[in-house]
Amino acid sequence: MIEQHTMEFGLYTLGDNLLPKEGEEIITEQQRLKNILEMAKHAENVGLDIFGVGESHQKLFLASSPQTILATIAGITDKIKLVSTSTVLSPLDPVRVYEDFATLDLLSNGRTEITAGRGSRYGAYKLFGYDLNDYDELFDEKFDLLIKLNEEQPVTWNGKFRSPLDNVEIYPKPLNQKLPIWRAVGENMASAIQAGKVGVPMQLAALYGSSSVFKRRVDAYKNAAEEAGHNVEELPIGVATMMYIDNNSDRAFKEYYSYLNNTFNQVRGVDFPKQHYAQARDVKNAIMVGNPEEIAEKILYQYKLFGHQRFIAQIDHSNIPHEKVMEMIDLFANDVIPIVQKAIGEKINRKKR
Amino acid sequence: MKIVILSGSKVGSKTRTAMDYTEKEVRKQYPDSDIIFIDLADYNIEFSDGRNFLEYEGDTFFVAKHLMDADTIIIGTPIFQASIPGALKNIFDLLPEGAFRDKVISVLVTAGSPKHYLIPSQQLIPILSYMKAEVVKTYVFIEERDFLRKEIINDDVLFRIERLVEDTGVLTKTYAQIRAEKEEAYGF
Repeated sequence: MIEQHTMEFGLYTLGDNLLPKEGEEIITEQQRLKNILEMAKHAENVGLDIFGVGESHQKLFLASSPQTILATIAGITDKIKLVSTSTVLSPLDPVRVYEDFATLDLLSNGRTEITAGRGSRYGAYKLFGYDLNDYDELFDEKFDLLIKLNEEQPVTWNGKFRSPLDNVEIYPKPLNQKLPIWRAVGENMASAIQAGKVGVPMQLAALYGSSSVFKRRVDAYKNAAEEAGHNVEELPIGVATMMYIDNNSDRAFKEYYSYLNNTFNQVRGVDFPKQHYAQARDVKNAIMVGNPEEIAEKILYQYKLFGHQRFIAQIDHSNIPHEKVMEMIDLFANDVIPIVQKAIGEKINRKKR
Repeated sequence: MKIVILSGSKVGSKTRTAMDYTEKEVRKQYPDSDIIFIDLADYNIEFSDGRNFLEYEGDTFFVAKHLMDADTIIIGTPIFQASIPGALKNIFDLLPEGAFRDKVISVLVTAGSPKHYLIPSQQLIPILSYMKAEVVKTYVFIEERDFLRKEIINDDVLFRIERLVEDTGVLTKTYAQIRAEKEEAYGF
């Protein structure tokens, strides 16, 4: 049973490494990876609960092997949870994924979780030879197998996209025999409903726009879970978003636009409309930009809507300078989280650096 | 000003003919603009499969990228089976949801029958509006009788094309100016 007023806080990275803008220095792939390790280490030092690494297989991103990155982080940390955010399961072999994460779980002393999603980019499908037209079917089948492997072994399984398994055991087993497996949900309402039906925790991306819009996905998830006979109280919800914090609210707001817009430009080929960004000043808008108090207010506003148990933020996107990222980790841990924790009646003594 | 002149059909000659006239007019009125003529009949475009437009290759990427980079798009379309051609709809499907934000789009239509007059306003303009285009309100509607052997023989149509091109340019400049003032005021 999950305590009503518990929230876990963390960071996640997609390992994006965009082309430098004019005046920006080039970050090598190796340097970018080292920066991610430093972020994770610092996140643990300031007492954050979670560090996540996402998966992409195409230019402008370097985290094609999050398991490897998470394993390295496992070696330099002791307590922080290591989560994939998310594993693009559709073009992968769930057996291989399970082997990787079970191994990681043993190496990290039981700190591993999988978040599986369909991915929002085409690269992985192309690279591994899958057809985007099988988008839904591929994921449903592979997610089904992943859940089965976690529930009981030996496994006997038959599907369309992978050779059958006949009474098969997978080695090694995770530390506690099972891994927490979440489903990543983006803009697609069907994903939320599907997550509820299957009865797995939902990691919801709530990047921009009105926070209330995401509540529809949360409601759909809970309804679907209830209808399928799952106990909604036992199904945690996580919120994932991009975040930019500065002690000076105006400066945060001013500086962040160019980063956000740069991501949209390079990754999606569109501008982020300035008119939409201007609305980010409102507490009801999901874009997490502002001073620590404003960020805390936004998280609490969403907490009222979603009642989520986990909040993870992406603060290293769009070539935001590493020093700024490290500064934001401090602001998040020292100035944002205490407000949120206090407000939701939580008395966790966070270990200070 | 980046202008794309898009002839939206794989078959037939009337839309192409009308767009040739339009291109000449655009070059006359806006000689300093960056103008490209895209006739869908000249390209092999894939059907949209839902990926981001940046992830297509070849002709599909070429056309999508030019449309995304444009300030202004002039679309020519025939009416087939009481609607726009599938080839043109596919172009819209290749692009992201708000693809035409901050772009001015105007429309020319060629049709075999005057009964098709309202089809663009019922079937094409809603798509453009949904994709956030600033649409030039009037469109030029050209009938079969206005053509003879790949030429437009109705002077009035030529005048209407001239006015459409002028309105398109005026609106592009006007919106750009208003937007620049508005964005300046945001301060970020």
